[in-house]
Amino acid sequence: MDYDVAIVGAGITGAAIARELSRYELKVLLLEKEAEPAFGVSKSNSGIIHAGTQNPPGSLKGRLCVEGNRLMRSEIASDLGLNFVQCGQLVVIFDKADIPELEKIKKDGETLGVAGLELVDRAWLDRHEPNLGPEVKAALRVPSAGIISPYRFVYALVENAVKNGVQLKTSAPLTAVGKARFGFELTAGGASYSCRFLVNAAGLRADDISALAGAPSFKIIPRKGEEYLLDKRREHIANHIIFPLPSKTSKGILIIKTSDGNPMIGPTAHDIEDKDDLATTDEGLAEVLAGARRMMPSISKSDIIAYFAGLRPTAGKDFIIRHEDSVPGLVNAAGIQSPGLTSAPAIAVMVAGILRDHGLELKPKKDFHRLRPRPAHLFQVPLEETRRLIEKDPAYGDIVCRCELVSAQEVRDAVKRGARTLDGVKFRTRAQAGRCHGGFCTTRIMKIMHEELGLPVTGITKRGPGSELIKDERK
Amino acid sequence: MKDRQLVIVGGGPAGMAAALAARAAGVEDVLLLERDQHLGGILNQCIHPGFGLHHFKEELTGPEYADRFVRQVRSDAGIEVSLRSFAIKLTPDRHMSYLRPGAMEEVRAGAVVLATGCRERTREMIHIPGSRPSGVYPAGLAQKMVNIEGWIPGREAVIVGSGDIGLIMSRRMALEGVKVKAVIEIQKTSRGLVRNVVQCLEDFGIPLLFQHRISLIRGRDRVEAVDVVKVDDELKDIPGSGFSLPCDTVLVSVGLIPENELLEMAGAEIDPKSNTPVAKDINLTSVPGIFACGNACQVYDLADSVTRDSELAGSLAAAYLGGAGK
Repeated sequence: MDYDVAIVGAGITGAAIARELSRYELKVLLLEKEAEPAFGVSKSNSGIIHAGTQNPPGSLKGRLCVEGNRLMRSEIASDLGLNFVQCGQLVVIFDKADIPELEKIKKDGETLGVAGLELVDRAWLDRHEPNLGPEVKAALRVPSAGIISPYRFVYALVENAVKNGVQLKTSAPLTAVGKARFGFELTAGGASYSCRFLVNAAGLRADDISALAGAPSFKIIPRKGEEYLLDKRREHIANHIIFPLPSKTSKGILIIKTSDGNPMIGPTAHDIEDKDDLATTDEGLAEVLAGARRMMPSISKSDIIAYFAGLRPTAGKDFIIRHEDSVPGLVNAAGIQSPGLTSAPAIAVMVAGILRDHGLELKPKKDFHRLRPRPAHLFQVPLEETRRLIEKDPAYGDIVCRCELVSAQEVRDAVKRGARTLDGVKFRTRAQAGRCHGGFCTTRIMKIMHEELGLPVTGITKRGPGSELIKDERK
Repeated sequence: MKDRQLVIVGGGPAGMAAALAARAAGVEDVLLLERDQHLGGILNQCIHPGFGLHHFKEELTGPEYADRFVRQVRSDAGIEVSLRSFAIKLTPDRHMSYLRPGAMEEVRAGAVVLATGCRERTREMIHIPGSRPSGVYPAGLAQKMVNIEGWIPGREAVIVGSGDIGLIMSRRMALEGVKVKAVIEIQKTSRGLVRNVVQCLEDFGIPLLFQHRISLIRGRDRVEAVDVVKVDDELKDIPGSGFSLPCDTVLVSVGLIPENELLEMAGAEIDPKSNTPVAKDINLTSVPGIFACGNACQVYDLADSVTRDSELAGSLAAAYLGGAGK
């Protein structure tokens, strides 16, 4: 038996499960079909660490969200060197007749165990959120919500899991699952593996993977969300994450602070068929702008510097986290839509418990490395720290990305930590994520990757094979 | 913290002209910061001719035009050139911090000239919908890839925007054997010079489609096609006019934005539409002792005009130092 557990999918769910299992004396394999972790559903995440409100009491996702939020605040952010900012959240209403709706969200949240909820009036909002438009009448304040970089959260979990012995295989789509006497035979990315337990955290493809393993027990419907990023100049437009009252299918169009500074508006929420459809649309932009401007009229179309679409992997209203009794050894963690990012650490603990209940011995490692040092980012540190970093390593003074202040040293560090693509560098460092979209720094980053990885520049990709940047190199 | 008489940010045509003019007007100590490893700025990637007709009365390429100034700057002992140096902070009283490999430097400047140039407007700023594959580049980035690095971005290209950079890059791609399918222009006329429309498109048989826009970019990993639609005089799509152009590359040339983030940091007033300094005359800003010139001050068509006006900025800074700086 090669592995005790194989996890399919290195998004936030799979990464958190891998890191949780790496606490124990286990051989764990983490399979990712894309070129790098976080390149599926997780890369389009809003980065909100939800408090747990706006979920039905009694729901699995409500309970896991509250617990995930607690874990983030109490240990994960500090253990993994994450830049978590507890900025709080507001749910605003445009009509005082909706106050009972806010009171219901408050009561439901309190039932789930969310602390500190309070209704605030227009005078409070004028003091604390002065850019709100005149239509906003009152709000529910949710102080335990916060923001984080979703991909750096995934990378931190994966790095720490790998440090603790987890084997990561990228560009390794799972294509066949066979039964073995004590578990499964897997074919992924041209290689074969065997494992006792198979954990399915395959996001949009979780239904296919479950079926491949013999349990076609649910269907994933992609729910598309378009998000629009604003210039860093508008960083302080909002002090909280701002929500309208939720609709039946989504939490509505939000104004989202991000931990890197650029505010974001969105997302839309529309069920679609195609799991590869990541196109933004004229209609989506109009919908997002209208929704955001109703809450903050000063947001303008010209503030937008970037946009993207993501797909939430929905499977009904709640998460599906269970052992499939029809296929002993298969554990599904599927339908992990919002609030999946927040819930991931709690999902991981729950999955570990399910595995234990089905016969996996969880024996704590003596030498588990709990801490992961935070990578240095110039854009996050004061000037005196910048000076110290440059004195220690001259390449911190060699600026590659001018819009976001990223040095050659940070790009090299990202590659050493596993970045293999331009998007991987961008998600880790923010180089190319600013106003000029890589207009100035793309060639420099490609040359650094060429030096660090020994790849020809014609082999450097945006996000994996097929997305090469250039066709020919004239020698 | 060192005291410097005049600090100029940007070693392109604007910064070099300002430095030389300030020296000619009697400034003894000039620090010229350039973020790249060479002086010359964007001129280094503009290997086509058309430069110098006004200033030198002869036709030069961009690198040749730059080189004439680089030689003068390099031979002037009163100008200290600091390459790979990136200004990160500027206060209203002209305290500046900049980074270079191995050091963070802090200076107190008697006067500052910002010659920081501009960046390109991107696909995102004109909100072209669709997927986000590789192969969509600002035209200036493609120009750098081809002319500086010798990298050919694709095989079949569509160009968005008929400004000079778009026109020149259409020709440049054609010369490298890239099939340029069309130049797409939403307006009724080109913003570029007439000579460029003739020499870069007509001479190469590249179609220029006025009153058209890209309505969708297709392709998951790499561009596969663009959808194009004709628009009316109000820029509204004309139903039924859409068609698809297969291509693997989209070059976006839809204008330039002055880079004035440092000036903004220093508290100067900036016109939010044009991103240029608000001041009562050219090269001035609302902060005394801080000047702006070249494309950071206003977007120019010709490098020769940048030189002419930036020399004025150098003289203004010298006059300011003569009155207040010494």
